[in-house]
Amino acid sequence: MNDFSTHRRIIETVLRLAKSTAADETEVHVEETSGALTRFANNAIHQNVAEQGLTVSIRTIVDHRTARATTNRVDEDSLRGAIEASLSLAHSQPKDPRLLPLPCRQRYRKVNRFIKRTADVSPEDRARAVGRVCDLAVKKGQVAAGTFSTGENHTAMGNSRGLFASYRETHAEFSITMQESAAASWAKANSANIRDFDPQKLAALASEKAHLATNARELPPARYTVILEPAAVLDLVGFLFYDFSATALEDKRSCLNDRMGKQLFGKNISISDDVYHPQQLGAPFDGEGIPRQRVLLVDRGIPKNLVYARSAAKRARKRPTGHGFGLPNEYGEAPMNLVFSGGDASLENMIASTDRGLLVTRLWYIREVDPYEKVMTGMTRDGLFLVENGRVTSAVRNFRFNQSLIEMLRNVELLGPAVRATGEEAFEMVVPAMKVRNFHFSEVTKF
Amino acid sequence: MWDLSTQAIDTAQLRGASYADVRVMHIRQRDLTTKNGQVGTLAQAESIGLGIRVLANGAWGFSSTDRLTREGIAACAAQAVFIAKASALAKRGDVVMAAEDAYIDSWQSPFRKDPFEIPLETQLELLLAADAAMRGVKGVTLTETGMQFRKIDSWFSSSIGSRIHQRKVISGCGIAATSFQGDEIQKRSYPNSFGGQHTLQGYELVESLELLKHAPRVAEEAAALHSAAQCPERTGTVVLGASQLGLQIHESIGHPIELDRVLGQEANFAGTSFLTLDKLNNLRYASDIVNVVADARIDHGPGLGTFAYDDEGVPAQCTDIIKEGQFRGYLSNRETAHLVGLQRSSGTMRTESWNRLPIIRMTNISLLPGTWSFDDLVADTDDAILMETNRSWSIDDRRYQFQFSTEIGWEIKGGKKRRMLKNPSYSGITTEFWNSCDAICKFDQWTLWGTPNCGKGQPMQTMGTGHGASPARFRNIRIGAAFSNQ
Repeated sequence: MNDFSTHRRIIETVLRLAKSTAADETEVHVEETSGALTRFANNAIHQNVAEQGLTVSIRTIVDHRTARATTNRVDEDSLRGAIEASLSLAHSQPKDPRLLPLPCRQRYRKVNRFIKRTADVSPEDRARAVGRVCDLAVKKGQVAAGTFSTGENHTAMGNSRGLFASYRETHAEFSITMQESAAASWAKANSANIRDFDPQKLAALASEKAHLATNARELPPARYTVILEPAAVLDLVGFLFYDFSATALEDKRSCLNDRMGKQLFGKNISISDDVYHPQQLGAPFDGEGIPRQRVLLVDRGIPKNLVYARSAAKRARKRPTGHGFGLPNEYGEAPMNLVFSGGDASLENMIASTDRGLLVTRLWYIREVDPYEKVMTGMTRDGLFLVENGRVTSAVRNFRFNQSLIEMLRNVELLGPAVRATGEEAFEMVVPAMKVRNFHFSEVTKF
Repeated sequence: MWDLSTQAIDTAQLRGASYADVRVMHIRQRDLTTKNGQVGTLAQAESIGLGIRVLANGAWGFSSTDRLTREGIAACAAQAVFIAKASALAKRGDVVMAAEDAYIDSWQSPFRKDPFEIPLETQLELLLAADAAMRGVKGVTLTETGMQFRKIDSWFSSSIGSRIHQRKVISGCGIAATSFQGDEIQKRSYPNSFGGQHTLQGYELVESLELLKHAPRVAEEAAALHSAAQCPERTGTVVLGASQLGLQIHESIGHPIELDRVLGQEANFAGTSFLTLDKLNNLRYASDIVNVVADARIDHGPGLGTFAYDDEGVPAQCTDIIKEGQFRGYLSNRETAHLVGLQRSSGTMRTESWNRLPIIRMTNISLLPGTWSFDDLVADTDDAILMETNRSWSIDDRRYQFQFSTEIGWEIKGGKKRRMLKNPSYSGITTEFWNSCDAICKFDQWTLWGTPNCGKGQPMQTMGTGHGASPARFRNIRIGAAFSNQ
């Protein structure tokens, strides 16, 4: 990986080259990534990859027009070519009188999410860890599949008004599916610090649940009380939060149109967007270099605030919250660092307090059916269990659900402590397990 | 480019690789969108780099770099071998690859008008005009249009002596109108949802779609859906429009036939498949009139799954998947072909970019045309719902149980297409659904649809796939469950 001085030099080179063009203003993003992923299935490594790459993305503004060109070549001719390409694109469109000038220099709060021991993990380190979990699977008569990845990302941006911002983070992730005959279960964790999780423990958890998931019985589709583990909550509610974009409300594509300030969810639901939370990752600035603010989105069930990119903020006469995407784009902004307030019920408490319900490990292939009532469909996966009289009594065949998220967040009976969770359908967030009444399962599948 | 590839292969072999293949790729992309009469995204990007896959100690390693210098290539190739040797620490056997010939060839996908040579002003003018035509319709609250173009050069070489250059030009285009009224959001798209139609063609695709002609209708339908009757909940007959059927093929045939899924290699993410190896040649997948092929050849059409060679250096092929209703074939690669008794890969290894490992992917998975004219099919149908243009899609991780909803439905009664229905949906079990097919329209209704956003693999890769389909009829289908509250 290059260091920040290299990224800064690339940015300064672009800004220097742009001065001799027609560009009125110029913004430069440099992204560099180095990552590796070890993938295993059938108790052996079958794919094992590494990548390294750097991109330079240049946005010019000329006569109230803007456009972006991106390249991964950093010689001066290529950078000059990208500037010209951006200008050529910009010139091709009508003037936009609402286009804002670039922001000036900003102050950023420091966050440290670069952990050297994560960046230093080798292919052999990952292979040995994978070898140990595969050995566990063999010992248990199970079949393991999953990934173990590590890497680092650096991002830097600058513009012709003197703004400069930079950030780097490491990432480590372990995901495992354990299969026993026709049953399977799953566990996953990620963090900037590889020591925040133990692949062996995750494998043991998945192994134990895969064994419990055997001999699944079929139940009729109906409304059930469900206990959603954090990953299941995350993958569902992740679909709700693009609706907190001010631009989405302007476009009337948000489920919050005509609903801001009303008691939409239960009083036990409070949600913030907070990139500075100790369990969150991500840069402390947005696509235009505006510092990210902590925003209280939902206060005791009432949608209170939206997030605003600069242009949406100006139209709404608000202050930008630092959630804008890189321009130009049509989506505006979105909260990407969600933190639920959570509660104090453990998963065991939730199970113990349930006369009849279903414990859900994970959800899959979630898609939006109704954008205003926020009805989502999808499947349970990798461990669905029947809870009777306060204990797990058997595995259950997977269901399809068709469930309104708005209704679901009105029906939350218990909340666990909020934890950093990771799934497959939504970005990571700090979210609790939830016990929810009347969750709607509409059909059952064959396994 | 060949010098870079040769250096990478030589370095890998010197470090102990028994096999190596290299892809140098140069990808150029242009994206244009409008929203509510304003330009939205206006961007172009290029990316060039090299990826090398090696076998060492009987296991795989892959590394990629954008540092196309002698030092950068040498480090990348050495790292690939180092990774392969690490993989061997947790292997259960050596990788065995099906034999394949070496090829030296160059191929370019056919196109008439290079979209990168068409003036940007022309492209934006068309999008803004279509946007304006939709905004002119009362009740429309959001209008969106977009075009996307890609030009991909790839230079493949391998240690068995292949050197293959391919250039692909891909175009995509679509428009959509959304209407928010009361407590409901309704949307109509043309020619398909989620970005429109995408094919291996030049700008001629955009011109053929006649966006301005369709824009007012799309907008009027979006607004009219608010006053349409709700699609009923029942078990009955469904007629699917060609683009919706294309996605049905993708999800309930294309994915389950991927041999890597069948063999458990995707168990942690994309899932597995109900099509276990015992089902090959032993499963009645569909009714007798259903014939499905995986066809990557240009003869099949300009699909997103069309090429001359896959990213493992295997020539494009046509494979029977379902023949007269019987399950006949999987999508395989050189590593998995022998596991289903094949001597040779079916040529389906594809990669998103130079920094991604090729994996088994759909090519063009197409339902071959049937014998019905669309008018005759409607006239022959007493009571059904015609469903058009996908709105949501979901299927379980073994590809049994699915649910789709579409943007619009039409009641068919007494052999005639009648009133509009809103919020249509249908669901079922894959083999039961395909066995209920009793009519497929002819070639004049057949379109090779492009699905540009198929996600698979870890790290995730997005790939374009093709799906030829014409409207077809299905009996005894569960309708309306997505919007049921029961």
